[in-house]
Amino acid sequence: MTGPAVGTAGSQAERDPDRPEPVRVVLAKLGLDGHDRGLKVVARMLRDAGLEVIYLGLRQTTESILLAVEQEDADVIGLSIHNGGHLTLAPRMVEAVRAAGMDVPVVVGGIVPDMDLERLSEAGVFAVLGPGASATEVAEVVRAAAAARA
Amino acid sequence: MTTELPGSPTPERPAAQPADSAVAAGDVTALFERARGGDRRALGRLLTYTERGGPLADAVAVAAWPLAGAAHVVGMTGAPGVGKSTLTDRLAQVAAEDGRRVAILAVDPSSPLTGGAILGDRVRMGSAAAPGGPFVRSMASRGQSGGLALAALAAVRLLDATGHDLIIVETVGIGQVEVDIARTADTTIVAVSPGWGDAVQANKAGLLEMADIFVVNKADRAGAADARRDLEYMLDLGHGTGWRPPVALTVATTGEGADELFKHVQDHRHHLRTSSAGAERRTRHVAEEVRRHLHRWVDLLVAQPSQEAAQLFAEVAQGTLAPSAAARRLAGELPERDATADAGGDKPEV
Repeated sequence: MTGPAVGTAGSQAERDPDRPEPVRVVLAKLGLDGHDRGLKVVARMLRDAGLEVIYLGLRQTTESILLAVEQEDADVIGLSIHNGGHLTLAPRMVEAVRAAGMDVPVVVGGIVPDMDLERLSEAGVFAVLGPGASATEVAEVVRAAAAARA
Repeated sequence: MTTELPGSPTPERPAAQPADSAVAAGDVTALFERARGGDRRALGRLLTYTERGGPLADAVAVAAWPLAGAAHVVGMTGAPGVGKSTLTDRLAQVAAEDGRRVAILAVDPSSPLTGGAILGDRVRMGSAAAPGGPFVRSMASRGQSGGLALAALAAVRLLDATGHDLIIVETVGIGQVEVDIARTADTTIVAVSPGWGDAVQANKAGLLEMADIFVVNKADRAGAADARRDLEYMLDLGHGTGWRPPVALTVATTGEGADELFKHVQDHRHHLRTSSAGAERRTRHVAEEVRRHLHRWVDLLVAQPSQEAAQLFAEVAQGTLAPSAAARRLAGELPERDATADAGGDKPEV
């Protein structure tokens, strides 16, 4: 079969020009950490802010997260950590992203003591969102992370 | 990369297309070659182009079209919560064990208010997390009406052209667009669960008319036999010629019945190949796709009218020209015929 000129005629035109292409963010929890209520709330916040959330949920591995990021062409990884393992898990995620030759920023959400923020920063975590973060803040940080990738 | 403190995000809203401008249209060729070689990241990016539409999407479509056509496309649809994602995962596993290279396109609605979406199908797709598993892509409807069906078709074609020989497109069975997407598959599976309704519902529900295979999922629950009986009763009253849709019972959470479901898919595929039904269906689908593209051009013509079109619109507004006459003049190249004669001609028979 020879290829006729197929295309998506006018698909740009019907888009709302005020609405940019949605940021795609993968949300996941690494390893054994069953507290996913927070992640579900964040998923809802991001959806309501106009982002596309690819929700992976509980018991993911760095490999399964990277696989999803590749297949979904995600802009940001959102990692929820409530088991105190942030100093281990978050740097491991960042390292896995780098080792794969990717530039997808990692945003951490959850309970992280102030004293650990600098270490996470040094490890390459883009931002940390604590319990006090508002919906607006959460969305803006994730959008900033997506923009930083460019 | 600098670390931001939680309290100080960048104030201005950044553009939502990272690195996109850096990727020239010519790179589609390179990405396409990589994707054909099994590069997931390249395929992921090409799907993003396809989803966004525009010149890059056109370039991808042109590259994919000549190489597509070998895959068997399965549409999986049904009401929310009947277990489509879990069932899709099971079907993908069985097909993979049979040596198929499987891809899954999971379409979910975007919020019409914010444009955002929660795409949660991957949660139910355990095999997607495994390295040798199927290629899974989640697609949000992004507030498009006709565009979604075209974007989904283009995505399917891309997955086809990159070596996937079984492509499962999962959509929620609500809304015309979702139903349309499922209908443009080679084999359409409609999933229901026990207690979904009786024989009267079965007859009035339009979703059911397009099924090639029925699945009663959650068959370990009470009422599964009743649901199957109601469907069989409906089918007894009449169905498309040559193929009577089988009714499979499955328990997707355990995988029970997935083998049988895959066998039905294979049987239907065989039916399409050994009868005229397959060629007829493909011809109809291609015509339907061309119609959709035409529709888009017409929409564009109205949304951004040329000088001539604007003049016609003005005449209609002034009352000097009838709307139907203006339309006829815009469609000047079409043969003279009564447009109403073709209405409703796209009903599926198979």
